[in-house]
Amino acid sequence: MPKGRIRAKLRKSHLYTFCIYPGDVGKEGWSLGGPGFSRIVYCNEPQVHSQIPLKYRSNDISTTKYNFITFLPKALYEQFHRVANLYFLGCAIASLTPLSPFSAMSMIAPLTFVVGLSMAKEALEDWRRFMQDMEVNGRKVKVHTGEGAFGKKAWQDVQVGDVVRVEKDQFFPADLLLLSSNFEDGICYVETMNLDGETNLKAKRALEVTLDFDEDEDFKIFKGMIKCEDPNPSLYTFVGNFEYDGQVYALEPSQILLRDSKLRNTEFVYGIVIFTGHDSKVMQNSTNSPSKRSKIERKMDCIIYVLFSVLLVISLISSFGFAVEIKYSMPEWWFMRPQNPDNYYNPGKPVLSGLSHMVTALMLYGYLIPISLYVSIEVVKVLQASFINQDIQMYDEESGNTAQARTSNLNEELGQVDTILSDKTGTLTCNQMDFLTCSIAGTAYGSGSSDVELAAAQQMANDLEDKIELDTVVSSNSEKDHKSSIKGFNFEDTRLTNGNWLKEPKVERIMLFFRILAVCHTAIPELNKETGSYTYEAESPDEGAFLVAAREFGFEFFQRTQSSVFVREKYTASGKPVDREYKILNVLEFTSKRKRMTVIVRDEEGLILLMCKGADSIIFDRLSNDGRLYQQDTTRHLNGYGEAGLRTLALAYRKLEESEYSAWNTEFQKAKTSIGDDRDIQLEKAAEMMERDLFLIGATAVEDKLQKGVPKCIDKLAQAGLKLWVLTGDKMETAINIGYACSLLRQGMKQICIMANDADTKEEVKSDILKQINNGSQIIKEEKDPHAAFALIIDGKTLVYALEDDMKDHFLELGVRCASVICCRVSPKQKALVTRLVKQGTGKTILGIGDGANDVGMIQEADIGVGISGVEGMQAVMASDFSIAQFRFLERLLVVHGHWCYKRIAKMICYFFYKNIAFGLTLFYFEAFTGFSGQSVYDDWYMLLFNVVLTSLPVIALGVLEQDVSSQVCLEFPAIYQQGPRNLFFDWYRILAWMGNGLLASLIIFFLNIIIFYDQAFRADGQTSDMTALGTTMFTCIICSLNIQIALTTSHFTWIQHATIWGSIVAWYLFLSIYGALSPNISGNAYQILVEALAPAPIYWTTTLLVTMACSLPYMVLIAYQRCFKPLDHHILREIKYFRKDVEDQCMWTRERSKARQKTMIGFTARVDAKVRQVQRKGHKKQ
Amino acid sequence: MSSNTPSSSAGGVGSADSAAPRRNSKRPKYSKFTQQELPACKPILTPRWVISAFMLVSIVFIPIGVVSLFASRDVVEIIDRYETECVPENLRNNKVSFIQSDANKTCTRKLRVKKLMKQPIYVYYQLDNFYQNHRRYVKSRSDSQLKDNSSWNDVSSCKPEDMSNGQAIVPCGLIAWSLFNDTYNFSLNNQQLEVNKRGISWKSDRDSKFGNDVFPRNFQNGTLIGGKTLDPTVPLSKQEDLIVWMRTAALPTFRKLYGKIERDLQANETIHVTLENNYNTYSFNGKKKLVLSTTSWLGGKNDFLGIAYLTVGGLCFFLALSFTVVYLLKPRRLGDPSYLSWNRNPGGH
Repeated sequence: MPKGRIRAKLRKSHLYTFCIYPGDVGKEGWSLGGPGFSRIVYCNEPQVHSQIPLKYRSNDISTTKYNFITFLPKALYEQFHRVANLYFLGCAIASLTPLSPFSAMSMIAPLTFVVGLSMAKEALEDWRRFMQDMEVNGRKVKVHTGEGAFGKKAWQDVQVGDVVRVEKDQFFPADLLLLSSNFEDGICYVETMNLDGETNLKAKRALEVTLDFDEDEDFKIFKGMIKCEDPNPSLYTFVGNFEYDGQVYALEPSQILLRDSKLRNTEFVYGIVIFTGHDSKVMQNSTNSPSKRSKIERKMDCIIYVLFSVLLVISLISSFGFAVEIKYSMPEWWFMRPQNPDNYYNPGKPVLSGLSHMVTALMLYGYLIPISLYVSIEVVKVLQASFINQDIQMYDEESGNTAQARTSNLNEELGQVDTILSDKTGTLTCNQMDFLTCSIAGTAYGSGSSDVELAAAQQMANDLEDKIELDTVVSSNSEKDHKSSIKGFNFEDTRLTNGNWLKEPKVERIMLFFRILAVCHTAIPELNKETGSYTYEAESPDEGAFLVAAREFGFEFFQRTQSSVFVREKYTASGKPVDREYKILNVLEFTSKRKRMTVIVRDEEGLILLMCKGADSIIFDRLSNDGRLYQQDTTRHLNGYGEAGLRTLALAYRKLEESEYSAWNTEFQKAKTSIGDDRDIQLEKAAEMMERDLFLIGATAVEDKLQKGVPKCIDKLAQAGLKLWVLTGDKMETAINIGYACSLLRQGMKQICIMANDADTKEEVKSDILKQINNGSQIIKEEKDPHAAFALIIDGKTLVYALEDDMKDHFLELGVRCASVICCRVSPKQKALVTRLVKQGTGKTILGIGDGANDVGMIQEADIGVGISGVEGMQAVMASDFSIAQFRFLERLLVVHGHWCYKRIAKMICYFFYKNIAFGLTLFYFEAFTGFSGQSVYDDWYMLLFNVVLTSLPVIALGVLEQDVSSQVCLEFPAIYQQGPRNLFFDWYRILAWMGNGLLASLIIFFLNIIIFYDQAFRADGQTSDMTALGTTMFTCIICSLNIQIALTTSHFTWIQHATIWGSIVAWYLFLSIYGALSPNISGNAYQILVEALAPAPIYWTTTLLVTMACSLPYMVLIAYQRCFKPLDHHILREIKYFRKDVEDQCMWTRERSKARQKTMIGFTARVDAKVRQVQRKGHKKQ
Repeated sequence: MSSNTPSSSAGGVGSADSAAPRRNSKRPKYSKFTQQELPACKPILTPRWVISAFMLVSIVFIPIGVVSLFASRDVVEIIDRYETECVPENLRNNKVSFIQSDANKTCTRKLRVKKLMKQPIYVYYQLDNFYQNHRRYVKSRSDSQLKDNSSWNDVSSCKPEDMSNGQAIVPCGLIAWSLFNDTYNFSLNNQQLEVNKRGISWKSDRDSKFGNDVFPRNFQNGTLIGGKTLDPTVPLSKQEDLIVWMRTAALPTFRKLYGKIERDLQANETIHVTLENNYNTYSFNGKKKLVLSTTSWLGGKNDFLGIAYLTVGGLCFFLALSFTVVYLLKPRRLGDPSYLSWNRNPGGH
């Protein structure tokens, strides 16, 4: 056990001032044992919990929708929840009765196929969830098995009351009560990234009374009882008592280790299982992933309803007609034997006959409702999804992850996204800090200049007319970033590296600067035995970056003891490394309120030093008059760093006299030991007293490293007209920095910050916020400059109010008008709420993207949830609809795949309706000529094959392979993405036009055919046509017309399209000859129909040609007209590509590319443009 | 589903070649299909294409229209509507009772040949308002019984004309029961004109659908007599009137072939038709017509086809012309960037 090693070293509670102490018992408002607080846990006695009433839920989790037994009923229920499927089920049942106009097989087979396919898909998806659960349930953890022995157990076997031992970097298997850790004072560090997305470590602290149970053997005799609240989803509260040895101790959230968080920086902890499995807080938080449907599909439902009404209307007409015919004509039709009526044809009971005919009619005209549409869409989407999955350009070499379409039913929604809500950490940034530049004593060091500056400089050098390729600049820069070999350190300046700082003029100040970096922190060093260098476990990544930087500059922090920090100084005047010890007297911790951190140390010479680092504004307020020596220069540098999106901190120090310190220290100790509510305030006051008269020494700039390609991707997305909201749990400063780094913010952009003030009453706060929001809206309204852009920045505390019902609309309105919105310090719940607000408020399609468990709510709430895979934690990915390995792949996912899928599905659905209307209505017309009797002019087999074989493949090919423009053009002109959000291809005009086209086609097909065929001999032998001959000819016309129509619709012919379209027509003739060759028992009147009757008759062929041409004529005229007068962007781009104008006239091509993005407000390009404008304006002024 | 294709295929690779680094196994394989880069034809709708397409259609359609129209004009057709004329004038108030009575229904008609009719001349009867396509009627037949002697008993689909006197009817069903039974005898200059009733049905029907060992049995034996009776000694395959009748017509107005006159008829000749007006179309006010017609390669007289062709062809010609004019007057240069949306309405959207 390594515990002995560290154990003696640290007792941090002696140092820390602002740590959470076990608070006083005595909170009112709840009573243990009462409702909601009834849970009792007998520690170390899991056997007690195997019986009712103390039997709690087991620790195995299940996120599946079904199990083996419930799958069939539940999945069937889901399937027949769809109105269309229910209708088809009704039809299938009715087809077993004599009412059916078709054979039962032709109704049941397609339904079985559709439902079976969808259910298979469900089953597969559920199976994957099941496997995931199995993996989690099967994880091992050490559990006390009795007599002080610990054995490994699977997570699912862990019970309430078990004592578990969790080791470093393991996840907690359940919600635990922390008993002890390897640290003597029972502190442990926990990473809660999966819970709230925060990456900094959180300290948890055991009760004093259990501290001694820190060895396996100790648990032989351990007994205790916990009374606590019932399972609930609140992550940040816990109410309970711990009874031990006859004493009662109050429990606090700081003793609770939550499932799905991770033990860090701590060798091991012991804990008692309190909440297991679905009782645990994280599982209570999880919501069932809602099944999402795309806008197109919802609209499709509308169309289905419209068609249903049409179906109902024509069925009504049909049955009315039938009833009338039965009543008035049937008695006269002696050949129908009205004397021998049955229920369906009873002249005496026309109403009954009419009603039963209604059923027949509903089935007969069922072709208006394309059952195969669902199958086809399902097939198409799965294929589209497989294209997404297999796209090499969305494959991440580093993590080895491909993009994954986890649900395939949202593909087309990707093409209609209006707003992206993005998480920050792990999504935009890598959560890695690099020490980039610093300013010491008024001199700036470090050559890191930001991408924007580079690009702007380069652009201004060029003529404005032909803009340079920004992409190349950005990409070359980001490549450079990746060269940095030391994690956390990206500093290039030979004046400071390799000990060269010794030659700098202000060497003393520089040394002090580095010492502050090396001493002023709370990290713990760890020796990496392989490389021999130290790594640091810091509470925040910036701190880690500082320590790495200090190490690289020659100030290696290598040991921390209870009271001292040891730093090895590599470069000294003597040239020999020297180990220095700094006795730590006080640590004044960093909190978001204080925004600074201070240590007071005594160095080896006995000098007392106060070292402070913090936000520049805070530090500047506390400088002495002498200390402002470098303030001006430093401020200038800081502004530059801020603009470049770097995180800055100012460093300052102060020398203390012994007497001054001891005077203060007594005061401070008094405050520290005081009890009561004002303890914090007193401590604060004491700290204030000391942190003044500082001397500013410099500032650091740390780069919160963006993920690869993020600025470029955001730029492209902005050009595509997408809005980006950043929702982050981080501090406002960090969020703003990232805003700059991602070009969401830029200098000159008007920032509207909405912040709740510390007013007393809620009403005051609210009215204040409302005022701020209204002010913001006012400013935007009054702005005259067309290039002006606004940014809205709001924090979580304010959001609480802004999201309330009476305020949220104002907030939304303001947010929508701003070019970028940054919400900081938001909780997972708020992320989901903001998502819902934007989704419902704007009615547009919202995409949520994130990587952590804290984004799950947002991902589930958004219309499309995208998870970043490859980073820690799978929750986001599991909850997402699409997962990508890196944020930058979002560009391709949306602009290429989304755009294509949207158009494909839109075209496909339109065509589907067209085709079924064209076909279905001919049946209706024919009805009118058969006395509405429900006779179909086509053979059953024709109808069965119509949707399954003869017209389905081309439309699937269209749905899978159609491309309006190539992927390259999509990426070059993100602006054409706007066709999706504006829904140019699936608006009612287009849908109705297609339906009208279908109506026209049905009229042309039917009436031309019957006029040609009704009485005259159709061949030279004098025979007239019968129903089969007419039906077959008509059907031939339908097949030809529909396939020609899809050929006209398709704009991208690969061999597959050719094969399916022409193949379908050939397949029809092939089928007809095979069917005709079968015995007449099967083929009936269609026996030898093609070979004997139709093929030799010229009129059959001429009719087909005539009808086909007549059907396509309206569409041809329309598209010819449209291309001539109202070409759409993709038509023009296709033409440019086709005539290779982009190659011949590159100038025009680049000019158009830059014009296409003129309107973008955010992103890199916009920022460069703004910079150029700014410089130009300055130039004008000078002239 | 295919979403896990890469991983599952990768699993296969991994097990076969464990030396390969696992990381790369997830990398999608490059193929033109999966990367959606299949070579494709991306046609552009240029004005030239539009005009030539319309022009081509008109060039093809107008000649076809002309040829069809000529073919149709060559066909000579004599139509004689007789259902009223053949009822004695005093009985015309109640035609139904006349047709149901036992009165003599022989009737003579004179047909004048207007133009030379070349043989073969097809004789049709045309019925009107007769719903041979009614579902109850269409379904009332038994194909297996017609084809095969052994399944003579298979009359389940023939209701209500399935059994008579407890015996299965062959051929059963409403269609056969209501077989048309008017007969026509033609004479020219007092000379009998032979009407050939052989080969008026579809060959495949005679050969395969109506068995030569199936004889009418128990037919028209019930209380209700529908139409024609059949000679029980002649197999169904030879009963061509029945075969023709059994091919149910698609529309309530239809013609069916009655026979062929295999000699030319000169213009202005007069044919005397002696017809037995037996079939009851009076109860539903159906017309009956006797039609004599020649055929062309295209079939019977069918002006509509030619006219439709000419219309479509003409329309296309007109469209071709008008698009030519449009392109000349208001040309749009192909690939002209000024038509791009961001150039057309600056500031919009």
